[in-house]
Amino acid sequence: MIKLSKYVLYDILRSRIILAYTLFLFIVSLSMFQMEENSSKAMLSLLNIVLIVLPLISLVFTTIHYYNSYEFIELMLSQPLSRTRILLSEFVGVSISLLSAFFIGAGVPVLLFAANDTGFALLFAGGALTLVFTSIAFLAAVYARDKARGIGFALLLWFYFALIYDGLVLLILFSFSDYPLEKLTLVLSALNPIDLGRIFIMLRMDIGALMGYTGALYKDFFGSGSGILFTVGIMMLWVVLPLWLAVRKFKRKDL
Amino acid sequence: MIRIEHINKRFKKLQALEDINAEFHKGQVISLIGPNGSGKTTLIKLILGMVRPDTGKILVDDKLIDNDPVYRQKIGYMPQIGRYPDNMKIGQLFKMLMQIRNKEEVSLDKALIEQFELEKIFEKPMRTLSGGTRQKVSAAIAFLFDPPILILDEPTAGLDPLASEILKEKIITEKEKSKLILITSHILSDLDDLTSHIMYMQEGKMLFLKEIEALQEETGEVRLGKAIARIMKGEKLTSEWIDKMLQKKSDERII
Repeated sequence: MIKLSKYVLYDILRSRIILAYTLFLFIVSLSMFQMEENSSKAMLSLLNIVLIVLPLISLVFTTIHYYNSYEFIELMLSQPLSRTRILLSEFVGVSISLLSAFFIGAGVPVLLFAANDTGFALLFAGGALTLVFTSIAFLAAVYARDKARGIGFALLLWFYFALIYDGLVLLILFSFSDYPLEKLTLVLSALNPIDLGRIFIMLRMDIGALMGYTGALYKDFFGSGSGILFTVGIMMLWVVLPLWLAVRKFKRKDL
Repeated sequence: MIRIEHINKRFKKLQALEDINAEFHKGQVISLIGPNGSGKTTLIKLILGMVRPDTGKILVDDKLIDNDPVYRQKIGYMPQIGRYPDNMKIGQLFKMLMQIRNKEEVSLDKALIEQFELEKIFEKPMRTLSGGTRQKVSAAIAFLFDPPILILDEPTAGLDPLASEILKEKIITEKEKSKLILITSHILSDLDDLTSHIMYMQEGKMLFLKEIEALQEETGEVRLGKAIARIMKGEKLTSEWIDKMLQKKSDERII
């Protein structure tokens, strides 16, 4: 599997898009730390990049990569390799390239200017979100019949997770504001990896105190060891589940 | 070596294959012949496991091909249109395939690489290659691991006369090593000196699978092209002709 992933990685590096992405992240994070005197303010701006841009890039890049490496997949299929192995190698190759882009592009500036609790939380959330959305993109790409549908589907998923979901949550909170919703919001946050990442980071910042009673509950939960475990576990689930569904579909697909 | 039992395959509205039954043995050169869209390539892709059958079984060396990809080690496949990763160089492609199959340098059959003079262009990326050169690469890959089963989909289409002759020579050499070779081609004159059996397909149905001598005898034509042309003239004629032939055979037996 490592052998195959090596060639996937090589192919990705040759296209240079990933290098541009690394550079983009690096310049943006560096300039944010330079512009803001207070590093925690810079972290807040960076947080939005991580939560909005990172999933989008992961989704679009992975989907395009999948369709571009169709020939490679076809070639591999005529070799004595199982389909599971082929798809997982693709996943490993894409994830490694996107993760290293993030850790070099955003990780280095964060470690330089804000190597604290919040910084590490941001890096963890960024890494996890990259993996989650790579996995979701594979699911979309395997299910969709052609490139346009695949990318469209991926973008729709991004809209859902980044924008629509929050609206829905707000709607629920407003309509049921007479009831105690603390537990429910906890569950709702687990259903969206972006929200989970946001809460995970925010609670490590000072502004966590502004979130009122729910914030206190969150702080109580996510601040504890079991809360961290919960976050890691749910994120893992968000990586494994779509990937597993993608592999299952891929095994039955006509290519 | 290959046994196909009651294979059915449907693509949406199109019945691509209908109840195909066949058995291929060592030392045979089977020509798959039929009009465009008669299901030849689909059948080949089924044997390679790229397309999954709706119902039916395929056995290679008495083993079901469903889940175990190892059987593909025995198969060398030359696709109709060889599509390869754009950024990969020819040399890398060969190296990668060798790594995947874990074969020793010594056991490789590099005859075609040498005869097509591919080593000279080992540094060229795949995207810069012409269609003919791609075909040469595909052919070299199919024969590289000295597999006991060769599946060649339109092997001579797009090759210049010299290369086509080299490939035909190579197929004959392999035939003498008593391998099983499956060829599809529309250039029937190419098949004349190669083939031992003809499998004729039309609209997803296998009309017959018989030795070339028998076919020559029945049609009274020595050249394969003319013999097949007689069959291809209209569907009605075909079925009638086959009925007649079968009738004749059984009549003979009675006498």
